[in-house]
Amino acid sequence: MKFLRDILDKSEKQFEKGGKLEKLFPLYEAIDTFLYSTANRTKNDSHVRDALDLKRMMVWVVIALVPAVLMALFNTGYQANLVISKIADFQTTNWQQDLVLALGLDFNPDSIFSNMIHGAFYFFPVYIVTLAVGGFWEALFASIRNHEIAEGFLVTSLLFPLILPPDIPYWQVALGISFGVVIGKEVFGGVGMNILNPALTARAFLFFAYPAQISGDKVWVAVDGISSATPLAQFADHSLTVTAGWWDSFIGLIPGSMGETSTLAALIGAVILIATGIGSWRIMLSILVGMIGMSLIFNTVGSSTNSMFEVTPLWHLVVGGFAFGTVFMATDPVSAAMTSEGKILYGILIGILVVLVRVVNPAFPEGMMLAILFGNVFAPIIDKIYINKNIKRRLARNGL
Amino acid sequence: MLEHYLSLFIKSIFIENMALAFFLGMCTFMAISKRVDSAIGLGIAVVVVQAVTMPVNNLIYNGILKEGSLAWAGLENVDLTFLGLLTYIGVIAAMVQILEMTLDRYVPKLYNTLGIFLPLITVNCAILGGSLLMVERNYTFPESVVFGFGSGIGFALAVIALAGIREKMKYSNVPTGLRGLGITFITVGLMAIAFMLFSGIQL
Repeated sequence: MKFLRDILDKSEKQFEKGGKLEKLFPLYEAIDTFLYSTANRTKNDSHVRDALDLKRMMVWVVIALVPAVLMALFNTGYQANLVISKIADFQTTNWQQDLVLALGLDFNPDSIFSNMIHGAFYFFPVYIVTLAVGGFWEALFASIRNHEIAEGFLVTSLLFPLILPPDIPYWQVALGISFGVVIGKEVFGGVGMNILNPALTARAFLFFAYPAQISGDKVWVAVDGISSATPLAQFADHSLTVTAGWWDSFIGLIPGSMGETSTLAALIGAVILIATGIGSWRIMLSILVGMIGMSLIFNTVGSSTNSMFEVTPLWHLVVGGFAFGTVFMATDPVSAAMTSEGKILYGILIGILVVLVRVVNPAFPEGMMLAILFGNVFAPIIDKIYINKNIKRRLARNGL
Repeated sequence: MLEHYLSLFIKSIFIENMALAFFLGMCTFMAISKRVDSAIGLGIAVVVVQAVTMPVNNLIYNGILKEGSLAWAGLENVDLTFLGLLTYIGVIAAMVQILEMTLDRYVPKLYNTLGIFLPLITVNCAILGGSLLMVERNYTFPESVVFGFGSGIGFALAVIALAGIREKMKYSNVPTGLRGLGITFITVGLMAIAFMLFSGIQL
């Protein structure tokens, strides 16, 4: 470790004011403070001392995402292997499958190792493209506008591949993350100043720009030409029966976006986020309450033509991106509501909208992404309502 | 029947939001959204004007302008729809003027809140666009009342949400070239993406 510190200290001269690489100081600073603590010391009197600064906070979110990433690797490989193992004398169609065979592995859905490796060949290229392209924009803005590269991007860049289907074209990944980082975040001034969640903005952009590669039945399993409907699509369509069991859906062994299928992984993440105080339990709980309330209403009303009316809250919880979005997306401290009461209203709004869109909007089988974005749009005004209320109450209390 | 009006109401607020789905009335939408208080004032004014002018325009269209509607006066084949645009904007201006004077006389408090917004939205395209849409879709009188209220509320909701965001954006560090209207346009675009949530709902 000393060796690493020495390299950093030695090269620091180059990046300081007047140095040769002055423009790249944000890059140096990002690497330095990510590996070690910051060199800035407080010089004045009282200040808040907390081990959990912004950088550590983001690192904790990344740790909370680890179960979801592991499940993404496993499930992406598992779904692909499951389909391939059913095809008699299968011919490989993409480099991922060639590579699996070249490593001496077979397409065996029962082998955890084979699933993980096969899945990794889909997840990591997408992740690397996201990191490279998104990181380029981050560094560019940081260098030109003289602000630090914030660790928020670590979270955004990990969230984004997790909410994409496995065989999304890489140029679309690059385009999506560019839109998310530049339009969703940097034009507002960078981390902490954006109004919508950048990862979701990126996905929404891809969703509306290239619907063929991110919706429908063909994209959720990483094997060419294989149509495999997600449980949500099966619920929505009368002619289909739901093939997945509840426990499979809970653990995440269903087709879907890479990282969002597993409710279990999201729950583990939720425990970490709540224990460290990063994710708001108020938001998570109230989304859950809103979702349960709305789906119970639909269950009671019933419908003869729309089979989505009968989906119970228990099922709504495990299918689609509900759990993942609730835990990691809606609780984003920047774009969510800030006041305690506002968080509850914000959560309930999202919970209601998700079920509403899933049930009555035939255009989108899944509503989590847009429901959270909609919540983000109204979060500032929700906060404003409660802040004004608070000001009024205090004025009244002090008899002014 | 009630269900029909309810679905028209919800449709006009969310699915066919004047500001964020049709992008009508952008000038006022951008100009009066710097502060939440004034956005609320504008929102109320739009709801009131929309709810008053649309039924009136509906009566005029169905009673005078539509082909064959002058049959009672012996003019069966007269089609005055080409006067539509002219008439609606005139009606809107007149209605706003009357509304303003009435409010000034009887409810001065509300008049002071709405203040400059009333004359301002006379030329708001959301108002005129609402009337034109109503004619194009052949709404009946009760439908036009519901549509007027709904589209007004939808516009109000959008402008208040935008004002909330813009107040929060005071703390943002927007690049110099984008400050002001530039970033507001981007914000409105992003809001419209979020409003796509409702597009496709069949009511």
